[in-house]
Amino acid sequence: MEHPAPWHRGPSWLRNRDGHGGPLRRDPADRLGGGVAAGVATWRGFNVTTIRIAFVLATLISTGYFVPAYVVAWLLIPAAGEDASIASKARSDTSGIRLAVGLASLLVFVLVVAGALNDGWFSGWAWPQVVSLAGLVLIWRNSSPQEQATLRHLVEPLGAAAGAGARDEGQNRRRRSILRLAVAGVLVIGGAGWLFSARESLDLLQPLGGVVLVIAGIVLLLGPWWLRIARDLVLERQARVRAEERADIAAQVHDSVLQTLALIQRRADDPQKVIQLARLQERELRSWLFEGRAPNETDDLTVGAGVRQIQQDVESRYGVPVEAVTVGECELDDNLTALLAAAREATVNAAKWSGASVISLFAEVEPTEVSLVVRDRGTGFDPAAVPADRKGLAESVHGRMTRRGGTVTVTSAPGEGTKVSLKMPRAAAQPHPVSRAR
Amino acid sequence: MTGPAPRVVLVDDHGLFRSGVRAELGRQVDVVGEAEDVQPAIELITELLPDVVLLDVHLPGGGGQAVIQAIKTDHPQVRFLALSASDAPEDVIAVIRAGARGYVTKTISTAELADAVRRVAAGDAVFSHRLAGFVLDAFAASPPPGDLKPEFDPEFEQLTSREREVLRLIAQGYTYKEIARELYISAKTVESHVSSVLRKLQLSTRHQLTRWAAERRLT
Repeated sequence: MEHPAPWHRGPSWLRNRDGHGGPLRRDPADRLGGGVAAGVATWRGFNVTTIRIAFVLATLISTGYFVPAYVVAWLLIPAAGEDASIASKARSDTSGIRLAVGLASLLVFVLVVAGALNDGWFSGWAWPQVVSLAGLVLIWRNSSPQEQATLRHLVEPLGAAAGAGARDEGQNRRRRSILRLAVAGVLVIGGAGWLFSARESLDLLQPLGGVVLVIAGIVLLLGPWWLRIARDLVLERQARVRAEERADIAAQVHDSVLQTLALIQRRADDPQKVIQLARLQERELRSWLFEGRAPNETDDLTVGAGVRQIQQDVESRYGVPVEAVTVGECELDDNLTALLAAAREATVNAAKWSGASVISLFAEVEPTEVSLVVRDRGTGFDPAAVPADRKGLAESVHGRMTRRGGTVTVTSAPGEGTKVSLKMPRAAAQPHPVSRAR
Repeated sequence: MTGPAPRVVLVDDHGLFRSGVRAELGRQVDVVGEAEDVQPAIELITELLPDVVLLDVHLPGGGGQAVIQAIKTDHPQVRFLALSASDAPEDVIAVIRAGARGYVTKTISTAELADAVRRVAAGDAVFSHRLAGFVLDAFAASPPPGDLKPEFDPEFEQLTSREREVLRLIAQGYTYKEIARELYISAKTVESHVSSVLRKLQLSTRHQLTRWAAERRLT
């Protein structure tokens, strides 16, 4: 029975052969717009900022034609951790398509009129945005709630200009923002007038003054909004980091406390054993809470040492012999520490539930990845029949591996034992699949 | 069990272990003698000419390979199965290269040990999960050109991908029968892959095979 990581589905032409192994995915964890730049960056192993600068340059060089390309990428590339792209959802959204076509044709009309009056630089840049507008409408209607929030930011100044943005703000604030808008409007119009009137003049200082006024107006008009976007992005990232920490804590508590409680229930008739288990757990919990040491943290810094540690711990705690073999050796990085934690969980599961007399633990270090197999000849189970609330395999093993770009394959059948194969790319061999905000 | 029980000599410096093995194996194989060091073992084996010698890797008077080297030129029909508690890779590889037909750990179950003895007696190779790991490790990196003796024969310097697969499964605790099922080949084919690995292990001229073990100790 195969459990491929969720992002191993999707259109095959988006898959990549040389990058981080996974297909191209937008990265909502590190986005300014749709997360396309962040997705490309982690996919190809570049710095996000480099990609963003490249995108801006591409926009300037292509006189705006890159913007619709970006929007189309936003539509077609699924977000990391999701199966379907926005485009596939939008296909069934007929009223959304109608709205997109309507707005796009409205823009076309405006552009035709503008073109008739003044054929120039502006409409050259605006034409490709017909596609962008239609695309953004579809994204707006079909994307996930977080992405909709991003889009709300994008359209906010339009609403503010119409007086709608200040709706839920206090009277005082509202008056101030109207004042701000008015001053900004005067500055922009005045500056623009200055600029245009100065065209024929030979005085170079005069158009410069006009430019300064226009820029001041734009900053006044959009500055607070930009600040808010930046602040919201930071808050959003913090919330995400907190959610991930919570998931890690949950996994940790499951591995130690819940496992020990389960053991205590099974050994309830043996007071000595119960005390021993409780003491052990108390020590672990204390060292985790007060010394910041994860209960399963390995002191040694190599894969082989980590495997030996698992072997010792499982043998002493569950009394089931573990036959461990490590081929090759390398130092641990964050990915491999997660791999070992997942392997530990799989081994503990085998010791507790399989009833096997011996558990095999096999680790092989290869140039680009480390694979680890936990195998027992115990009772086995039907992987399809495991209830969703049984957290062991799902969160501790699966979550730990997939969060870092690893894969898990569980082969088991009732009466035939269980084999859990874990594969984790080595960080030294390729960049971390998801670059987190610092 | 087919045919007569194989005649076995135990060579181990721990009397307790010898008597334990003798008591457990007694019904399944024919333990004809015991020795506790290199020199008495050589004399005993030359005298009894058993089918299989169960040989401890560590002996006070020179290690298991000394026994094999003394016996194998004159009596190639005597087969050796190495046995150890310590699992230091350099010792295990040295005994195998000296000519042992297999290696098992002392934690092996009685039934499995009896089976291993019978298979070695029949001329097969017996790889424990740990030996499979050692061999994979030793053949892992391709040797640097300067690391080979002039009589370099490429046939013995690399494992085929099939042999690697078989060794990986052995290292994961699969029996030959399970491997055959997993890889859709016959148990005989698995056996021949393992024998071929054993041959490569014994004939390879890679310095690495012995040096690798020393390096591992340092890391």
